[in-house]
This record gives sequence, structure tokens and C-alpha cells, in this order.
Amino acid sequence: MVVRWVVDGVRCEVEVEPRVTVLDALRERLGVRSPKKGCDHGQCGACTVLLDGRRVLSCLALAVAQDGAEIVTAEGLGAVWRAGTGELGGGDPFGSPAAGSTAGRDSGEAGARDRGGPGSGETGRSGSGAAGTGPSEPGELGTGSEQDPEPLHPVAQAFLDHDGFQCGYCTPGQVCSAVGMLDEARRGWPSHVTADVAAEPELTDAEIRERMSGNLCRCGAYPNILAAIRQAAGGEVQR
Amino acid sequence: MIPFDYERPADVASAVAAVRRNPNAMFLAGGTNLVDHLKLGVAGPELLVDVSGLPLDEVAEQPDGRLRVGAAVRNSDLAAHPLVRRRFPVLAEALLAGASGQLRNAATTGGNLLQRTRCPYFQDISTPCNKRSPGAGCSAIGGHHRDMAVLGSSEHCVAAHPSDMAVAMSALDAVVRIQGMEGERSVELPEFHRLPGDEPHRDTVLQHGELITAVDLPGSAPRSTYRKVRDRASFAFALVSVAAVLEVEDGAVREVRLALGGVAHKPWRATRAEEVLRGGPAEESAFRAAAEEELADARPLAGNAFKVPLARKLITGVLRDLADQAGEER
Repeated sequence: MVVRWVVDGVRCEVEVEPRVTVLDALRERLGVRSPKKGCDHGQCGACTVLLDGRRVLSCLALAVAQDGAEIVTAEGLGAVWRAGTGELGGGDPFGSPAAGSTAGRDSGEAGARDRGGPGSGETGRSGSGAAGTGPSEPGELGTGSEQDPEPLHPVAQAFLDHDGFQCGYCTPGQVCSAVGMLDEARRGWPSHVTADVAAEPELTDAEIRERMSGNLCRCGAYPNILAAIRQAAGGEVQR
Repeated sequence: MIPFDYERPADVASAVAAVRRNPNAMFLAGGTNLVDHLKLGVAGPELLVDVSGLPLDEVAEQPDGRLRVGAAVRNSDLAAHPLVRRRFPVLAEALLAGASGQLRNAATTGGNLLQRTRCPYFQDISTPCNKRSPGAGCSAIGGHHRDMAVLGSSEHCVAAHPSDMAVAMSALDAVVRIQGMEGERSVELPEFHRLPGDEPHRDTVLQHGELITAVDLPGSAPRSTYRKVRDRASFAFALVSVAAVLEVEDGAVREVRLALGGVAHKPWRATRAEEVLRGGPAEESAFRAAAEEELADARPLAGNAFKVPLARKLITGVLRDLADQAGEER
């Protein structure tokens, strides 16, 4: 089956059989390697991407079931944010440099760059392996964030500012999850630690920890991850 | 993962017909449990019929006041819904106690009800399991069974149902709406899941090809709560959980509905405790007596006997806190 996506702002088509997950299609077919295959069973969060603006686990989503989706991964977060297109968790929560352009799936399509037809994922395979070291032609998928000009997405920048990682393997998932989570909080979604689920929650440290519990960091960088997200959330966090 | 075909039907009737036609077909919704089972080899369908795009994704108040939750409504959207948060806090709390933010964004209402046990032997195809392969035997009874059931289990299966949402829905007397080839039917949530008996491979009363289309939530339960005990603070299945609805009037229990999670093959509606409590004093000693009555038939295994006193304390504590709240608001 041919699946049509906008991945990191780039329009693409990929032919997959039904048992291919979004994670495998991204990594193995499109060369987008920032989503990591940690556990591959929905337990670690390393494969987290934003799918139509919501954080989900790409290892548990079948590619064929996500036809037409807009997918943003950690490596495309900055570019999509700077272009002011795509959902990035329900619009443009951080006031991107291109503020004023409309957000949402339609504008994401409009702002997407074309990229090949069916089978175009083949070029992604020619990437040299590690994330961020793929082919470097601008606008290509899988080129990684190293080639991205500043500024980084505010959440990614906050992880740098606070050293929110050690080995870095969980980081792309952490960053995507944090972007999705901050949008959920902005919408007033409660969490397990919200004292009164009917009330508007405040994004305390306890709230951040609970809401990020789906992303494991075996290096134990949690205190700095928390600090990074606190910064990205701006003045909203009550310690 | 063995190969399978994939279909995306246009409507509920075609979805039902597609699964009914093929005895080895399964519905796919959020995929958070099923896709994992495909990888583990626990499920090996010939055909997946994707119902996630069907127009079953609304939460709508019905003319009779019921809240109808479409089967494709995502767990996170249901937990965040203003009417659910106000009218059924126990349900919002149960949903939020389950899984992680990413999983709740994908998991659906219907899929949550149909998720399967996390018994490690069920999920490991190299070990015998009556639920996975009827007649193969149960590895858990003589194995590691700390997380297993203490109520209503059988010599064939001691697996515990993993859902939090379903426990709250049981306490809320929710009604599951089901579409089959022969038409629609409704099943009350407490009757929807089965005890294992000698057919542990059957989790629910659904027939092959029947599709959950919605869950109806009657009335409201503003004084209700969900409490879950687990091995870590977040993102873990329940050892024991309690969903409780309590209305107190002049120091007496006017209405109580109680369900337990993590202790049985299904969300365990604690009807015996409810009977003991109804009309009686809203006092801690009564709550404890009711909990003891409910747990009188508990048959724990060596490794999970701790669940019985844990459940007793949890039931007592949850009811006491709800009663205290009622007292403070008077």
C-alpha cells in the first residue's frame, strides 16, 4: 500500500506492507532516524513523534493506518516550527519566527515541500546510518538537526541549556513528548497528579514528572530534563 | 510478525461484515495492545479491519441525559472532556492513572475494554497458557504470579484484567453498545467481561465480528474517585485499584457503587460490599466490614496474598475519604 505523509514538513509517499510500523517506515524507508527504536513495545517512549499534532508512540502505530498524517520528528521540529507550518501540538505555541502563518494540517500540507513519488524512500536508505549524518541536501528527509540553522525549537534549545541528557538516545523522544505534553497542558488537560480533575491544572514539577512518565531515561537525566521542560514552559511552572 | 491483510471499511456495517467473513480477522483501533501482540506472536490475524477512522469518535449527551462515548474516542480526549471531568471524576481519574500520555493519545474506548491481560506467560509464546492456547496449561499458578487475580480465578487461569478505565465504568453502571451482523445489542459493563472458568481464552461476551460502537454513561457521579496502587508512581499496571461512588445522607450511605481492579479476570464489581453498606452508617468500621465481606472468598496464591489486605485497606480508605469530603461540604 502507498501511504502519503508530510514528514517534518516534507511531502512524501512510501510503499509499505501492512505489518510495517510508522517507526520502521520512518527509519528504514525514509531515512528519518531521530525516532529511536528503544524497546519497540510501547514501554520506553524513545520512538515518540508528533502525529497530527499529538505525541504518540511510532512503534505501536501501523504505517498503513496513518495514511494522510502529518508527522513531526525531533529532527524536523525546528524547521517546522521556524516555517510556522504544521501542528507542533495544536498550532504554534511558541510564537515561531514565521508567526502569522496559519497552523493546522491544511497549512502543513501547503507549506510542505514536495519530495519524490512512491519509492522515494529509497534515497533515505543511502543515509550513512547514525542520526543527523544522512544526505545533506536541504529539504531532504533524514538530514538531521546538525544542518539546521538556528534557532532550534525552544524545547530542544532548553534541553541543550539544561544538559537534559547524557547518552542522548532517549532525547528525540523526550523532546517530541515534551512538545506534545506542553500543548496538552496548555489545553487544560488534567493528569494523574491533578488534585481536582474538574479544575484547570497548574504545570507544577509534579505535573511535569507525571506527564513525562512515558519517556524513560536510563542515564537518569531526569532532574535536567525537568529543568529543561520547566524553562520551555516559561513562567507557567510552579516549583 | 506474520503477514496479514489490511482493510479500512467505510462504515460500521462493512467493518462488522469484514470480520465476520473471516474467522481469523480482527478489528484494529488504536493498536497500542494489538500491534504489540502482533510483534510478540500472541496474535496472528489473517486480516486487520481498521475501525479507527469510523465516525465513532464523539462524546455526546443523549436526550435522556446519558453521556454516549464513541468507541473510537481516544483515552486522553475522554479524560480531558469537561463533562466527564465534572460528572464522572472517577472515570477521568481512572483513565489518567492508566498507561502514559503517548499511549492515551492513541488508545480508544473500545480498545481499552478489549485489551488483554499483561500476564507475562500470556505474552510469552514459549510458555504454556490456557488463555493463549486453550488446554495448554497455566504457567502462572506454579510460577511468578505476584500480579495475578485473587478473586474469581479458576484452576485454568489466574490472569488479572489490566484496564483502569473499565473498573471505573463498572462502578458507573456503564452500558456497552455492540453492533453485530444481526443488529445492535447492549451489555452492562459489569457483565461484559467474563471470569475465566474453563474458557479463559474468552475475555468478554462478544461474539466474533461484533464491534463495540459506544459506551453509555448513565446519570452522574460527582462524588466518586479512583485510587490505584502500583509498583511505581506512574506508568504501571495496578496491583489493586478501587473505583468508588458514594453518596452520604445524614451520616448514612444513600448510594454506593464499588469496583476493584487488578484482583480478578474482569473489573470486579463489589456487589457484596455494596449490599452491606447501603443504608448503613457511613463510618470507617462499616467500610472495613464491607471490604472484608467482599474479600471473604478471595483465594490468593502464595505470591500475591498481599493483595487481600491491600484491597481491604484501599476500599476502606477510599470510602472514608469520600465520606469525609461529603462531611466537609455539608
